[in-house]
Amino acid sequence: MKKELVTLTINGEEKTFAAAPNTLLLNALRDELNLTGTKQGCDDGDCGACTVLVDDLPVLSCMIIAASVDRHRVMTIEGLAKDGKLDRVQQSFWTEGGMQCGFCTPGMILSSYALLKRNPNPSEHEIRDALSNNLCRCTGYTKIVTAVERAASFKEFTGK
Amino acid sequence: MSTQEFMNIGTRVPMTDGPPKVTGQAIYADDLRLPNMLYGKTLRSPHAHARIVSINTSKAEALPGVMGVVTGKDAPAKYGILPIGHDETAFCIDRVRYVGDEVAAVCATSEQIAEEALELIEVEYEILPAFLNPEEAMACEDESLWLHHDRKRNVEKQYHHHFGDVEKGFQEALDSGGAVRFDKYYNPRITHAPMEPHACVANYEHEGRVTLWTSTQTPHYVHRTLAVVLDMPMSQIRVIKPFVGGGFGGKSETFSHEVAACLFAKKTCRPVKFNFTREEVFYAHRGRPEQYVELKTGVAKDGRITAVEAKVVQDGGAYCSYGVVTILYSGALIAALYDIPNIKFDGYRVLTNKPACGPMRGHGTVGVRFGFESQLDMLAAEINMDAGELRLKNKLKPNTITVNDLRVTSYGYDKCIEKVMEASDWRNKRGKMAYGKGVGMAGSHYVSGAANSIIRSKLPHSTVSIKIDYDGGVTVYTGAAEIGQGTETIHAQIVAEEMGVELSRIRIVAADSALTPVDLGSYSSRVTFMAGNAAKEAAHDIKQQLFRTAAELLGESPQHLVARDEKIFPRDEPQRSITYQEALLACIENGGTLIAKGTYTPPTEAQGGSFRGAGVGPGVAYSYAAQVAEVTVDAETGLFVVDKIWAAHDCGRALNLLTVEGQVEGSVWMGLGQAVAEEQIFENGKTMNPGLLEYKSASSLESPPIETFIVETIDPEGPYGAKEAGEGSLAATIPAVANAIYDAIGVRINDLPLSPERILKGIEERKKRS
Repeated sequence: MKKELVTLTINGEEKTFAAAPNTLLLNALRDELNLTGTKQGCDDGDCGACTVLVDDLPVLSCMIIAASVDRHRVMTIEGLAKDGKLDRVQQSFWTEGGMQCGFCTPGMILSSYALLKRNPNPSEHEIRDALSNNLCRCTGYTKIVTAVERAASFKEFTGK
Repeated sequence: MSTQEFMNIGTRVPMTDGPPKVTGQAIYADDLRLPNMLYGKTLRSPHAHARIVSINTSKAEALPGVMGVVTGKDAPAKYGILPIGHDETAFCIDRVRYVGDEVAAVCATSEQIAEEALELIEVEYEILPAFLNPEEAMACEDESLWLHHDRKRNVEKQYHHHFGDVEKGFQEALDSGGAVRFDKYYNPRITHAPMEPHACVANYEHEGRVTLWTSTQTPHYVHRTLAVVLDMPMSQIRVIKPFVGGGFGGKSETFSHEVAACLFAKKTCRPVKFNFTREEVFYAHRGRPEQYVELKTGVAKDGRITAVEAKVVQDGGAYCSYGVVTILYSGALIAALYDIPNIKFDGYRVLTNKPACGPMRGHGTVGVRFGFESQLDMLAAEINMDAGELRLKNKLKPNTITVNDLRVTSYGYDKCIEKVMEASDWRNKRGKMAYGKGVGMAGSHYVSGAANSIIRSKLPHSTVSIKIDYDGGVTVYTGAAEIGQGTETIHAQIVAEEMGVELSRIRIVAADSALTPVDLGSYSSRVTFMAGNAAKEAAHDIKQQLFRTAAELLGESPQHLVARDEKIFPRDEPQRSITYQEALLACIENGGTLIAKGTYTPPTEAQGGSFRGAGVGPGVAYSYAAQVAEVTVDAETGLFVVDKIWAAHDCGRALNLLTVEGQVEGSVWMGLGQAVAEEQIFENGKTMNPGLLEYKSASSLESPPIETFIVETIDPEGPYGAKEAGEGSLAATIPAVANAIYDAIGVRINDLPLSPERILKGIEERKKRS
């Protein structure tokens, strides 16, 4: 299939790459841009491990084609820490035990980050609702919910 | 100096490998990208049982971009994780035994080309009758149809154990005015579904060496098997475990893609990657078997359990895998939770034409525990005793040998029960809530490391070495496999504690056969206990080297010294200290880099009895758990919600409160999934739900709050008294929920999952009866 150029802002940097019309965003991120923090846990939008933010909204990158994000802003887990300092969501997932094997973690953190951006003080139910597209098989979610509550309680919002 | 007893353990230490995981820097197997890499794909059987008449790979080989095809004849050596179960080859040679069985593999310059090439492989099959349940399989007299010719009537293994005298025990229960019940329980097939699908990369190196990076819980066992199947010395193979995205037992042996990647790497002299689709993870399986449990239990009027008789039939799928261990655990661990004087066990592990089952969290214990704890609930009602009191009544004493020769050391089950009774307000809720609301209790336990090695070797179960150089950093080399449960953090904490230095000095190098000593792997909840003890011994040794130098500097005898807060000083004179750094530099100037090692081998006293099958069940210690679940059931629809679970777990000493809680919560949640929804469903031998939407894994919204209580019994042999935390809690959750449903609506469900359909049916049957 003929490839076409896709230009996007990825984690604040403009990048251009060639993608076939059927290339998924997930594969473009991992294979073209070498951003392997975005994980593939299933093949059909069931697990949420591949969640990235497109124009600040959580999107399953295995469910959209790469060309559809042409001229959009995409943020992956690699774009969250600033100047070597963890974002408050990353920090709290780590220190509150909100991750174990870490495979769902990038998607889980980005969904949480997007939630806190639109709702700075979510209730427990709102947190569970916002993360219901992100499966985790390790934690039982208890410490993930705590991590998001803890992140919400940090005063400064370090993200964009 | 801080006044607490410990400086690095007993606190909430965030996982030392957390930062790479939260930033996306952690490299899992599929994240590896080597120059000039090729991609492999597996051709799987579409039939549950068939003879392979012929395989023609020529069209696939001719496809541009295809670099190689392998079939069974390229790696004919038989293997299997158990010495008594060598019934697999990397690819099927003359027969396929389940839908998904591996027939061939292709490697190509892209995954797409490899997939296309699979379509071009021509396989002629002669379809055979398939055995889809144990009953059919065990009824087959036609030897030519048995899955493996030396497994008569498809029985992989059967065991018949009788300890004490159960008939006498049942009679005693009846004579006392107590109760005896016989019930049947059904457990469906459950799979681990780790978030990371299996993946590996093999690379060929000069002089015929191969390196394999693979997502595994047992790198050493993979290493051993590869040597046999590739017909190479182990010294020429290097196995490295990168970050692993969960295992739960599902990545505990060698898989065909690991063999194929190495074969292709050797053949092409290029790196080769395999990455499973989610569907393939369901075929690789090695999960919890479907099992049929029959239980007869007697309880005397005063609440003492007098006898237990169990028959367990497990539908183990097409290959042995860990199956013999699974069936033995199901019998052996009837004991060691309660004081039971008489136990009879008949266990059958049966081969069927489904993906092979293997070890899964709570290995072997879960199906029987669901039945036993459900039945105990009924027996408590029959003798008019509270279900919590009945459990307390049957507690074991610490330092006991059970009737089947299991050595129990520390024992905190009674404390766990008391904790969850109190926290859940059990006495005011059980049997006292409105119709539709209920609470249920159950208990469970698990080995804290199997006392006998599955490979029948005298090798220490763990070896850990430590190197300290001029920079003052402490590098710990361990073969233990971090799979998300926190083993690297625990190693770091133990070494830092023993040496009296800050945690930040510790660097872990793990699970690389070229660098790290052998550890048997992350299974049977063995790592904290065994690798932890080895790490502690290594740290102790290296500390003694520092003490010998420090003793000279301080004019003191080495045995009077202690290390704490980065200082070394005489025990009663902390003011007369030298720093760790001073002692270290003096020590290195004397003799160069410091190195030490520690090992762990289970004590003979823990290794169990001498009867056939006695090797499985003995743990070097046991963890204990009790839970209360509260549910709300809608009697109109059968739908129910688990409102909350209170979980107490005896983990010996909790070295890391954060990770212990995490392990307990994860176990409870996984048990809950099995209680309410999880089930790998088959139709004519084909998995009908090979996806994470169809295989119902609870989301955050469907998962209840879990309140965890850590109960500490300081184990005499665990490192600082620690025992396992990662598996023991799982089995209790299922019967706790079943018992809560009974309390809520008076309906007893003996078949899992506890679905709304089964609840409605139960309500209707109850109405008919009354």
